Amino acid sequence: MLPILLEQTLNGLQLGVTLFLLASGLTLVLGIMRLVNLAHGSLYMVGAYVAFTVQPATGSFLLALFAAVIATAILGAVLERFLFEKLYSRGYLEQVIVSFGLIMFLDELVRVVWGPLPLPAAIPDMFEWSIELLPGLLYPSYRLVIIAAGLVVSILLYFLVTHTKLGMMVRAGASDRRMISALGINIRDLYTAVFAGGAALAALAGTMAGPIYSVQIGMGEAILVQSLITIVIGGIGSIRGTAIAAVLVGITDTLGRVFLPPGISQIAIYVFMTIVLVWRPRGLVPAHA
Amino acid sequence: MLKKLLSLPIKHRLLILAGVAPLALLLAFAPFVFEVLEQPFYLRVASRILVFALAASSLNLVLGFGGMVSLGHAAFVGIGSYVVAILAWHASNEVPLSLGPFVIAGTTDGLVAWPVAILAAMLSACIIGAISLRTSGLYFIMITLAFAQMIYYYAVSLQQYGGDDGMRMRGRSILPGLDLSNRTTFYYFALASLALCLIFLFCLARSRFGLVISGIRQNETRMRALGIEPYPYQLTCFTISGAIAGFAGVLMVNLDSFVSPADLSMARSSELIAMILIGGVGSLWGPLLGAGFYILGQLGLGTLTTYWPLFFGPALIVIVLFARRGLVGLFVPGRS
Repeated sequence: MLPILLEQTLNGLQLGVTLFLLASGLTLVLGIMRLVNLAHGSLYMVGAYVAFTVQPATGSFLLALFAAVIATAILGAVLERFLFEKLYSRGYLEQVIVSFGLIMFLDELVRVVWGPLPLPAAIPDMFEWSIELLPGLLYPSYRLVIIAAGLVVSILLYFLVTHTKLGMMVRAGASDRRMISALGINIRDLYTAVFAGGAALAALAGTMAGPIYSVQIGMGEAILVQSLITIVIGGIGSIRGTAIAAVLVGITDTLGRVFLPPGISQIAIYVFMTIVLVWRPRGLVPAHA
Repeated sequence: MLKKLLSLPIKHRLLILAGVAPLALLLAFAPFVFEVLEQPFYLRVASRILVFALAASSLNLVLGFGGMVSLGHAAFVGIGSYVVAILAWHASNEVPLSLGPFVIAGTTDGLVAWPVAILAAMLSACIIGAISLRTSGLYFIMITLAFAQMIYYYAVSLQQYGGDDGMRMRGRSILPGLDLSNRTTFYYFALASLALCLIFLFCLARSRFGLVISGIRQNETRMRALGIEPYPYQLTCFTISGAIAGFAGVLMVNLDSFVSPADLSMARSSELIAMILIGGVGSLWGPLLGAGFYILGQLGLGTLTTYWPLFFGPALIVIVLFARRGLVGLFVPGRS
């Protein structure tokens, strides 16, 4: 029992950090720009496709990761400047449908460029070994690397948001965007930077999770819904809340799949979210709005 | 509506007439036209448009009229479809359906299965609405999505009823005096259902209840100040909408003879919202125009290229960005 529990908790933690990488970008965009971007999952997909095209070509996982992050950040910046910027003054309804149209477009674009079959995504050679965590429990090192990398990025992001000037502007933007623009901060560039940063984190998540889940069309949609749940549980706009919620959702989902009967297991996180919202309608850590 | 119509300048009156009259004629005589052209396929497409218009109208009631952005409405449509299909499955396989302590026989009788389906959708809407309406804005969008996902995964887990692959329904529901398996009969039945639904929504919008709902959308604080608690009104509105959505689901499964979890997915909910946005949010004719545009647009692009989403997605974006009031906005002058 204990080895399974440990193994699945670690798997849950790994899903949790993946969710955090996606959800942190999503929650900042929502909290600061008041923009619902359902196509955030498509950026995750594009990142993974770029990475696992570059990796076989160059043989380097790090290079692939770098290419994916840069390419997706550029795509994010372009989308923000030419599309999403026009939506800040519109309602959620219009934002939902524009991102729905964008998902349709990007999914089909990937199908045209890469074909309908899943892209093979191998675990990088240097991590193709396992660690014996407990007697009889071998755990793949790659998953531990994801957890470690996710934690490092999370800490860096937390530091960036809470201890730097850029982070201060971002937080100020989340509290009162008109005021910070009145203080002479170029809000337009700040928004583009936040969006591009969120896209880069999505690509990072897509690349790291690619070998574990599958690199295929529609991979973004399933995880997008989980990320949305994460930010709602955490409290929209709160990085700290998102971090807590990501771990809770990751572990609930993974343990649920192992220990709950099918049919109920996939529903566990939705039940969890409903309970949280009934108890605290603005999430675990409500951001000041 | 007639009064409102007559109060408009003559130019606008003609515009509306020019828009509505051909549409009404087209809808009334579609079966004959397609009969003459020997294109029965298009009658099916027309029926599909009507059924989707009904589903979109139900969503329009909460979304356009009540200002509650629900991202999970396909679930209620899907519940209606699944209940009819499951009852029919038990009837044709002659296996009784056990629900906890109760054991009931399956049925293909529309007079039994349809009310059960509508009631199931209505009850789900009532429960989901009761919880979701405690939140508002973005949280409301997300919680309705979450509930829809729960129902989606529940449908996927129903292995007995096809799981992920969905289930076929052998033959349409049986109604006394109406042969729904005749496509012309089905078309007119769907047309009559939509017309009745639109008349109902028209009356509802002008009733005291409708005025309160509309008031809550426009200014919730002011309604509270007038001594009206929004919650029960919103919940009633949501529940009525769920019932209409369930009825749309009943028609949908009869049209397609098939239902699968995809019919209650987030993508389907988004499609319904897209139809409303294309047609015109909160307008009576919007969902019909939107459903027509959406389904014909997909079909038209699909015959031109296999990569139709590559063009349809951007087209949606352009419409949302530039046609602010939807297709209805082309015919009807700005609201005061």
